[in-house]
Amino acid sequence: MKKRILAAAMSTALTLGLFAGCSSAPSSAAGSTAASGTQSTAASTTASAGDGKVFYLNFKPEQDAQWQELAKLYTEETGVPVTVKTAASGQYETTLKADMAKSEAPTLFQVNGPVGLAAWKDYCYDLSDSAIAGELSSNDFALMNGDEMAGIGYVIETYGIIYNKALLEQAGYTADDIKSFDDLKKVAEDITARKDELGFSAFTSAGMDGSSDWRFKTHLANMPIYYEYQADGINSTDAIKGTYLDNYRQIWDLYINNATCEPGLLSTKTGDDAVAEFITEQAVFYQNGTWAYADVAELGDENLGMLPIYIGVEGEEKQGLCTGTENYWCVNKNASEADIQATLDFMYWCVTSETGTKAMCGGEGAMPSGNAGMGFVIPFKGNLESTNPLVNIANQYVADGYTPVSWNFSTMPSEEWKNGVGSALTTYAADQSDANWDAVKTAFVDGWATEAAAAKA
Amino acid sequence: MQKSMKRYLPIFVLPTLLAFAIGFIIPFGMGLWLSLCEFTTVTDAKFVGLANYVKALQDTVFLHSFWYTALFAVVSLVVINVFAFLLALALTQSMRGTNLFRTVFFMPNLIGGIVLGYIWQLIFNGILAPYGKALALNEWYGFVGLVILVAWQQIGYMMIIYIAGLQSIPGDIMEAASIDGAGSLYRLFKITIPMMMPSITICTFLSITNGFKLFDQNLSLTAGEPSKMSEMMALNIYNTFFGRTGWEGVGQAKAVLFFILVVCIGLIQLRITRSKEVQQ
Repeated sequence: MKKRILAAAMSTALTLGLFAGCSSAPSSAAGSTAASGTQSTAASTTASAGDGKVFYLNFKPEQDAQWQELAKLYTEETGVPVTVKTAASGQYETTLKADMAKSEAPTLFQVNGPVGLAAWKDYCYDLSDSAIAGELSSNDFALMNGDEMAGIGYVIETYGIIYNKALLEQAGYTADDIKSFDDLKKVAEDITARKDELGFSAFTSAGMDGSSDWRFKTHLANMPIYYEYQADGINSTDAIKGTYLDNYRQIWDLYINNATCEPGLLSTKTGDDAVAEFITEQAVFYQNGTWAYADVAELGDENLGMLPIYIGVEGEEKQGLCTGTENYWCVNKNASEADIQATLDFMYWCVTSETGTKAMCGGEGAMPSGNAGMGFVIPFKGNLESTNPLVNIANQYVADGYTPVSWNFSTMPSEEWKNGVGSALTTYAADQSDANWDAVKTAFVDGWATEAAAAKA
Repeated sequence: MQKSMKRYLPIFVLPTLLAFAIGFIIPFGMGLWLSLCEFTTVTDAKFVGLANYVKALQDTVFLHSFWYTALFAVVSLVVINVFAFLLALALTQSMRGTNLFRTVFFMPNLIGGIVLGYIWQLIFNGILAPYGKALALNEWYGFVGLVILVAWQQIGYMMIIYIAGLQSIPGDIMEAASIDGAGSLYRLFKITIPMMMPSITICTFLSITNGFKLFDQNLSLTAGEPSKMSEMMALNIYNTFFGRTGWEGVGQAKAVLFFILVVCIGLIQLRITRSKEVQQ
């Protein structure tokens, strides 16, 4: 009998051990999927009865620290636990898909526009009657799913060709000399010709590593898509024609043949490489957006300028920078009612409270801890004047009557399509033959049709 | 004794069985079910029948990855086992520092695949850069790179298994053979290798299934570049599942096909090498 009790006790201990292992699974599993991201719960200090809680799956790794801090502040202020988890660059969809299947699913997540919404529309809570919807400065920033407001854009961003004023002057030019693709080409090729004498190149490396390729397969590819949509008077399509692909080739040729490295090496160059080249003054031009300000700030605000991306289309003298959003907040419909309410309150607080707006819009020292804020322009009434010089340049372009280029890449049919174009661009860069450009065209035009059909199926 | 074994069986089996069920049987069953469904997250799925399998088999990239993976598995199998065996032979000779060498050759096996992949990517790209080439530009660069990487990582491990096998061969047989006038090559092929068949079975099984299942090294070294041409099956499944909206079920169907394939190949290989094993 004694033996049997002992045996039972031992096996219970084993089984318990097993369950103990399981019970901590949600957090440890989350930790492991976020191996390259970060997660922290600000809930540990809260004593308040947990009515609802917020779990925000953040898309922007560059603003992770600010969100973590904001979450903590909110918890201290209201007692509502807020968890912020940030997906690693390029891993958002993967992380979201995995996390949504868990019992502790994100209550607040992001989609990148109509195409992203198509995948997640069954999870989006209708925000039409929410308090935050009333704070939007324009309904253009709401993402609609039929009559339902499925998402709300929370940041407006702008990209173009960031340049180093001092270097440009050293090469004998100013921004006023560049008003079209031909001007840009002339300047870039002149700099390349005098590369050894000047000691710098025209463009930073157009890296096609995963940390940087979105600048070209997504952001640069927006240009031919934008002009085609303009010409055809549409704002989305299932079959792109590729009318402006020759222009895409022109600008891509210019980027890769006037850069700091040989075109064949682009597949190995990362986003950090391009930043490093830019801030160590090895190159004049760097294609990126307002979000990259923190990376390039050490060149000094007075040294930073931003040019529109000219691709040689008629009438482009009036073309401005590319402005839009691909960051829409969505609330998880399947979360408990208390969690949904807590999430809506948190969003509202972020865009209306003093701390929240300051953290989102502010620059240097805007966070209560003294760290830099997120430097966003937010499409809400509470938006504050930006201290990000790149944002101010963008505003200046609009004020001067230039037409901003809209962000049409949210209509790109899938990630798969972007990857196909990216791979073809890389291959073309290493061997710039017409056959390889045809492969880019195929990926662009045929790939679009295939992917649009696959998404509909 | 028999009786008490039987009586306590459930008590001692239960914890392991539970763990096995939670960690393996339930996910496996779910996987089978999900391969017949359309879904965005694994907890809410809609039955669609065999549509996913049809899509999976129509996917040319998947078929390409199959041939690419099969070729890789065969090449890496040969390279790893030949070198591991030779190393094992060398390090069982009486010479100084064999323990040190064994340790050194085994060490790469302690490094994770992702880390290895990125480190070797730097090395290969560093070598190719002066020629204006890069790993991501040609699927065969990626192929050779993967073979080198995996060989470097796994040779040491297989070597340890072979050393154990070599040491278990009774010395008197060898001695008898050499007295009978067998030369060293003759002894190797007629005595050592037949006596080593159990180790060879294990090593070939491990390296061929590892070859098929290779994922993290592939992900970090080439990530399927250029244009998915160096994408192996496991990575293809992962990309289908996570990379494409609406294709989750297809990824799952591919995973089931992949499972069947690996099981079949593993069993065939076991049968072949087992039949060559001899009684000592």
